[in-house]
Amino acid sequence: MDERIKFEFLEHTADVYIASYGKTIEEAFENAAIAMFEVMTETKKIEPNIEDSIQVKGEDEHGLLYNWLEALLVNFETKNRIYSKFNIFSFKKNMRSFSLKAKVWGETFDPKKHLQKVGVKAVTYHRMEIIKDQNGVTLEFILDI
Amino acid sequence: MGSRRFLHEKVPLEKVEDCIWRIPKYKAGMHVPGLVFANDNLIKKMQTDRTLWQSANVTHLPGIYKYSITLPDGHEGYGFPIGGVAATDYDKGVISPGGVGYDINCGVRLLSTNLSAKDLKPKLKQLASLIFRNVPSGLGSRRKDFKVNYSELDHVTKEGVIWLINQGIGWSEDAEHCEESGCMKKANPDKVSPTAKKRGLSQLGTLGSGNHFLEIQKVDKIYDENKAKTYGVNYEGQVTVMIHCGSRGYGHQVCSDYLRIMEHAVRKYQIDIPDRELVCAPGKSNEAKDYYQAMACAVNYAFSNRQTIMHWVRQSFQQAFNQDPENFGLNLVYDVAHNIAKIETHKVNGEKKKVWVHRKGATRAFPPGHEEVPTDYRSEGQPVLIPGSMGTSSWILSGANKAMDLTFGSTAHGAGRMMSRSAAKRKWWGRDVKIALEKRDIIVKAASPVVLAEEADGAYKNVDIVADVSDQLGIATKVARFVPMAVIKG
Repeated sequence: MDERIKFEFLEHTADVYIASYGKTIEEAFENAAIAMFEVMTETKKIEPNIEDSIQVKGEDEHGLLYNWLEALLVNFETKNRIYSKFNIFSFKKNMRSFSLKAKVWGETFDPKKHLQKVGVKAVTYHRMEIIKDQNGVTLEFILDI
Repeated sequence: MGSRRFLHEKVPLEKVEDCIWRIPKYKAGMHVPGLVFANDNLIKKMQTDRTLWQSANVTHLPGIYKYSITLPDGHEGYGFPIGGVAATDYDKGVISPGGVGYDINCGVRLLSTNLSAKDLKPKLKQLASLIFRNVPSGLGSRRKDFKVNYSELDHVTKEGVIWLINQGIGWSEDAEHCEESGCMKKANPDKVSPTAKKRGLSQLGTLGSGNHFLEIQKVDKIYDENKAKTYGVNYEGQVTVMIHCGSRGYGHQVCSDYLRIMEHAVRKYQIDIPDRELVCAPGKSNEAKDYYQAMACAVNYAFSNRQTIMHWVRQSFQQAFNQDPENFGLNLVYDVAHNIAKIETHKVNGEKKKVWVHRKGATRAFPPGHEEVPTDYRSEGQPVLIPGSMGTSSWILSGANKAMDLTFGSTAHGAGRMMSRSAAKRKWWGRDVKIALEKRDIIVKAASPVVLAEEADGAYKNVDIVADVSDQLGIATKVARFVPMAVIKG
């Protein structure tokens, strides 16, 4: 695997099918978030000027990935925020759940500055995979658009 | 590229008769067989992805009656295939949010006008620009001068389009021409999360993006003159308007919230399902009741979303012509849901049964005489609206008796994609798609060039074939076909 590839779009007829990669699960989760915003706009045009905090829980790692992406999507829809920089500084397995804490950076979406691509309706569990091997972590998931 | 773990389970298929295929009970856990309505080409397409596998998975739902149904436009979805119908027993069956989908009550409404395409032509460009300005479309778009607060949002989602009409958004006769009269009863905003409400607050009256659109169309061909006249579709060349969108972030969040709740429910009630997106709860459980009441709110949100957009379309006509919109007709023909769960009564083996009907990418298609069909249309059957892809045709069909025998009163809902979004972008540029449409005299107003490329009509199946199969099966018969004059896209 090319070390520089953070994510790629896989073939899927109706929706957006993403694979994101990382040496660690935190990095793969961060790259999954970048991929989601890349679906909506060009992330390289998003300046990391505003800092927000995100905290989510999930029953398992799949649930945590779903909830992490959904929390970011909710911030877009309710605060009009788009992000390009992510730092998951805490990723924990608790007794019966998983949780993560992150700082994320971005700015307010401005259609004059940011390219409009397609809106994401929801994160789904369909074909969701979390694969750990000697190369690191690969996440696969589908966004409903 | 290409996914590594993309292994298809070979799903056995038996041809029953022309356009009808059966998926036999080939593995443990299937309570009933699957039934697929498609011609030879459409079935081939379904065999290239997980459509049939998902259709087989749906038969695992407890209390499912007869068979899981896949309609001619069926394609791979989440849990359920899109273009899927399943009916479960009201008492002993389950309700599954995946059988409705994320975009609850994504649907279509059609307006008729008394203008001919020739009458409109000189004003078309101006009208399209006005609609594009008045109806927010695309990523994060909203109208700054139209906001609802939390209390108003709860009214909208509880009372539906009637509440809006009482606020002056629409005409009193609009409600009668919506499925459920524009308000699903049992809606209870207390069952909707604060996050869903927050997402819905700023999105009422917005088109969204992706495959949603607003089109100024003209009648291309009438197939059934009597039915067409009853619906207000009077002659070829008549101008109509079609609005295709859903419940926006409000509905998406309701689905997502209840998928989480249902994950606990399947463990609590020990329900064995083959796919996480098929989570469900027994119809009588509190989890199911809560979901149904929250879903009804999202259904009403979507009816109201389309009602608000229609109001701005009427205003746009007023602004373009400087005349009252009533002068142009602009009557609501009908508004139908494509993603919904309903409590209905259907005959199963000759016996009347109360059931939960899940329609995931499917249109209700009730026949003449059915009491749920508005009185104006009852003699002819319920109008069925099937939008095509951008730049192609759209259809109005009429619900027919065979639908009650074969598909729990349902038919197809659209064309269905054939090509992935990335493949479409590799093949076309947004600008070229726009130019190609303009060469065919179709005006295009789009918020995003990327969406234009992704939604190029070549990326979709031919909706005419979907309408043909529906007609041939007799579940909904062809009434008229529309073609676009102007397309407004997110």
